[in-house]
Amino acid sequence: MLNIVVCIKQVPMVTELPWDEKTGTLRRDLAAGMMNPACKHAVEAALRIKADGGASITVVTMGPPAAEEVLREALAMGADRGLLVCDRLLAGSDTYATSFVLGRAIAKEVPGYDLILCGAYTSDSETAQVGPQLAEELDLPAVAYAERLEISGRVLRVRRLVDKFRETLEMEFPALVTVSMEQYKPRYASFAGINRAFAEADILSVNLKRLDITPAELAAHGSRTRVRRVFIRKTQKENVLITGAAANAAAEFLDKYQRKISAVIGKSIEAKKQT
Amino acid sequence: MTGKRKSIWVFGDYRNYYQNRVTLQLLSKAVDLSRLLDAEVCAVVVGHDLEEWIMEYTAHGADRILAIDHPSLTSYSTEHYLILMEKLVRERDPDILLVGATDFGREFAPRLAKRLHTGLSADCVGLELTSDGLLVQIAPSFGGNMLAEIVTEKHRPQMATVRPGTFREIPHNSERTAAVERLPLPAQLPSARVRQVEYERAVQREHAIENANVIVCGGRGLGNKNNFRKLDELAKLLGGDVGATRPVVYAGWAGHDVLIGQAGKHIKPKILFSFGISGAIQHTAGLGEADFIVAVNKNPQATMMKMADVAIVADAADWLNHLIKELRRRIRE
Ligand SMILES: Cc1cc2nc3c(=O)[nH]c(=O)nc-3n(C[C@H](O)[C@H](O)[C@H](O)COP(=O)(O)OP(=O)(O)OC[C@H]3O[C@@H](n4cnc5c(N)ncnc54)[C@H](O)[C@@H]3O)c2cc1C
Ligand SMILES: Nc1ncnc2c1ncn2[C@@H]1O[C@H](COP(=O)(O)O)[C@@H](O)[C@H]1O
Repeated sequence: MLNIVVCIKQVPMVTELPWDEKTGTLRRDLAAGMMNPACKHAVEAALRIKADGGASITVVTMGPPAAEEVLREALAMGADRGLLVCDRLLAGSDTYATSFVLGRAIAKEVPGYDLILCGAYTSDSETAQVGPQLAEELDLPAVAYAERLEISGRVLRVRRLVDKFRETLEMEFPALVTVSMEQYKPRYASFAGINRAFAEADILSVNLKRLDITPAELAAHGSRTRVRRVFIRKTQKENVLITGAAANAAAEFLDKYQRKISAVIGKSIEAKKQT
Repeated sequence: MTGKRKSIWVFGDYRNYYQNRVTLQLLSKAVDLSRLLDAEVCAVVVGHDLEEWIMEYTAHGADRILAIDHPSLTSYSTEHYLILMEKLVRERDPDILLVGATDFGREFAPRLAKRLHTGLSADCVGLELTSDGLLVQIAPSFGGNMLAEIVTEKHRPQMATVRPGTFREIPHNSERTAAVERLPLPAQLPSARVRQVEYERAVQREHAIENANVIVCGGRGLGNKNNFRKLDELAKLLGGDVGATRPVVYAGWAGHDVLIGQAGKHIKPKILFSFGISGAIQHTAGLGEADFIVAVNKNPQATMMKMADVAIVADAADWLNHLIKELRRRIRE
């Protein structure tokens, strides 16, 4: 049976709110924090492998205590156990440090893993760096942006579309793959799954001490980048603000800018005289 | 650190040269930076039959070219490229290394940075220098609504990936010359653990909206697919094309070929209508120099509204309907 690890991350809802697939509208109720969409696709990919040939799935996240929620969500979807890597010293880690810690946590707590899946990127930081860097950390063969995974024996075959090239690649386990959002549309958690995820969830929480990472070591493998400043862009537009009921406002808008628009579209949009 | 001239490297990513000229764009930025740093601009190119690229990179600003040309490097292999680049960087210690944020670059650069134990910032939209010569990497943060200035203080090279289209290339100048070093493939290149089974150029029919004079662009604020598809009508009335933001593409309201922004198309319309779009930098990065921007959003504070010539505070779908109705009434063919 395959031993699969899926790295998942909780992301804040900045702009990319989740969709209600049925009504096609925004789930603003979920605005607090959710599983990063690409990570969810990675969980789905693991669940399909499990359904095909059997697998045990460990979901791992590094984050604040509240990140446990995404582990439960993954367990509700069908993952087997969760690993929460949580330590105050990890706040503000860049991808270099994150991949170091995730690598150590996986090596220690999920020994004998065959396959590590990551999302292709997160919707908040969206560096798409953690997966490839984790592969370096653990010295694994790796492929990013996978659309399809097929397994035969110890060989993993990956299909992907990158830079307008279709590729099929093969490698032996243990290996790491980052999963794109093209395929593996995530399933909904079943009621039984949700109940299980809350009643008898198998979640292990570890800190740096438990992972035998000393402060000195963390410093040596710590962030390479530093954020100097965060700012909002400025623009130098005229910025006329229009408010008011749409029916009139649309007509007023067209009256005001008809010259400009007509010149570009080559048609007159002057209001027709009432007859 | 005496004597040695600083060097700014650009990774030569030529595979999709005819779709994106990101390497040339990075060379141009490297030339800018090199003037301030008194550094050399060096393009590194790995592959087979490289003469075309050596000439091209020379004509576009490289002072030096490091080329590893070998039949076994005919198609891109992340693993082999990593081994070769790691070795070169360790031998020559460049100060800055820029990589195009193509799919390949975004897989390759993080691994290279990790191997070199240095920092990397992703998808930069600007590169500057501090007064003491540190590279300031300006990258979108917090879902694209803000920008962050990122520095790699202690480790070298300072690495950044940059999306195609961010910088403008220097015009081709065939008079330029560069020092070209053709380097041999190291004797003991291990076989790659990831084997390529199939490899082909994907044929895609793409809807070209890059040259449209009018683009009507819709975002998540349009609420649902039905509302979004009404943009087709508006586009038709205005003789323009429809564009979309990424959430909308992910939701299946529009195809990927009309995605506007960093991950999609760059447009430069004369008139841009923007309905229910927040204006994240990854989106606005694709807007070129739109002459006249009309934004409809219920939030007057949205970045898109601040960028607009005319900012309309209203429900996007509602306003779209009224605009279509009003235009229909007015337009005489
Ligand atoms: C590396 C990377 C690459 C990316 N590439 C791209 C890219 O190429 N293109 C792209 O578009 N995005 C890209 N994104 C995503 C980008 O960051 C934003 O998430 C996206 O552009 C937001 O789309 P939006 O404006 O439609 O949605 P939102 O940010 O959710 O904004 C919706 C807007 O609609 C308004 N609104 C809500 N309801 C209404 C209503 N009823 N009437 C009027 N207004 C309303 C809201 O006030 C809000 O301003 C990328 C992200 C990353 C990290
Ligand atoms: N804190 C984290 N905990 C677990 N996995 C993570 C974390 N950060 C990133 N990842 C994984 O790396 C992928 C890419 O993240 P990023 O590099 O931030 O775009 C995510 O989809 C996750 O699979």
